[in-house]
Amino acid sequence: MKNIFIPLITIIGILLSLTTVSAGLIWLERRLLALWQDRYGPNRVGPFGLFQVIADMIKIFAKEDWVPPFADRAVFILAPAIIMIAVLMSFAVIPFAPAIEVVNLDIGLLFFLAMSSLSIYSLALSGWASNSKYSLLGALRGAAQMLSYEVFMGLSLMGVVIVSGSFNMRAIVEAQRDTWFFIPQFPGFIIFFISGLAETHRLPFDLPEAENELVAGYHTEYSGIKFGMFFVGEYLGITLISALITTLFFGGWLGPVLPPVVWFLLKTLLFICVFILLRASLPRIRFDRLMSFGWKVILPLSLLNVAITGAIVLLWS
Amino acid sequence: MNELFYISSAVAAASTIMVITRANSVHALLYLIVSLLSVAVIFYILGAPFIAALEVIIYAGAIMVLFVFVIMMLNPGPQSEKQERLLLTPRMWAGPAVLSLILISELIYALTSAGPQAATLRVVSPKDIGVSLFGPYAIGVELASILLLAGLIGVYHIAQKGRQD
Repeated sequence: MKNIFIPLITIIGILLSLTTVSAGLIWLERRLLALWQDRYGPNRVGPFGLFQVIADMIKIFAKEDWVPPFADRAVFILAPAIIMIAVLMSFAVIPFAPAIEVVNLDIGLLFFLAMSSLSIYSLALSGWASNSKYSLLGALRGAAQMLSYEVFMGLSLMGVVIVSGSFNMRAIVEAQRDTWFFIPQFPGFIIFFISGLAETHRLPFDLPEAENELVAGYHTEYSGIKFGMFFVGEYLGITLISALITTLFFGGWLGPVLPPVVWFLLKTLLFICVFILLRASLPRIRFDRLMSFGWKVILPLSLLNVAITGAIVLLWS
Repeated sequence: MNELFYISSAVAAASTIMVITRANSVHALLYLIVSLLSVAVIFYILGAPFIAALEVIIYAGAIMVLFVFVIMMLNPGPQSEKQERLLLTPRMWAGPAVLSLILISELIYALTSAGPQAATLRVVSPKDIGVSLFGPYAIGVELASILLLAGLIGVYHIAQKGRQD
């Protein structure tokens, strides 16, 4: 009996805390942006404006959930669910602490890559099903951007796999006992970070939803809780990429004095703040530059990184 | 494990039938993705987690996205749907149905005459796959890479031509 309940409790706990945290990130982002832009941000509802999230959630739940008559109904409803499912599934392989993990898959890293490639469908299908030109343009951009940056993301992680000798997340964290991987794998870390930005389509790479050209991009036609799912899905994506950076490059739960979970959460929170800081400081770049930057700069760099890492590891052993 | 295998096989078969019968191309593609995902589950159950992951990453995650992408660009609309529907007449079904009946009867014959064979399951690690890819099957890898290179050069040429006009 005990064996069934413990994983169930872990799963439910992780799911609940993730959705709450990523909804809370909306507040964090607005406050931090305001701080960096010399304003107050939401500070009226509750202490420090913390209840703003709850107010927003109530609003989003209570809004009319409207499906446009010109949309492809089934696909339109399916699309926002895909991003939530894909991102939440990816968290299954992340070791939060030695004892807190849903599954210890031998192909953990590949599982994450598979889930992140599935999340592209959310954008593509929502844009297609909305049957509106802004959505379609946003979805075309999003699909092209995520598809190409996924390649670099996978390649940048291969360096980590070579050094640690495993696809298993837990083994990767254990391999970082002496040195965190961002030192030997610095190019890999930078490439992963950039492609992580592109995968979560955050500023400066938020072209699929560039509001001053495309209204709201692929989710223009969405309202109510379906829009909320895209919104929370984006923050879940940020949390996921930050958690992965922590796991793969910054030693995961490893750290002195404090308990492992705390270290993991602290590191993840730090990277989430970096994501927000980037949004506050960088302008959006042009789409063709984004693509040519990817294929002409990032791809050769990541291939070089894999080749050099492989050569060094071969020579070493 | 056997039940899981039957369930995912049933899902794969059902969704593949749906792929063929859908008139709307995006709906057909969605069923194809489901079919690929269930094949990935089958791979996983059979002890090949690496292949299962690659199936999802490459087929369901990359190739199918490209299909969706192209269909979005062409945006077929209701007209092509009508056309597709006209194609799905009983006369069109006759030929493939006869051919698959032959295959199915062959399969049933093979299964019944040989009797049940003990399934030898062994988990295939990523390392095993790498060793066999670069050991006995190196020639296949080389041929595939030549094919890919040819495709790459072709795409580069076509894209370059368009830019000069």
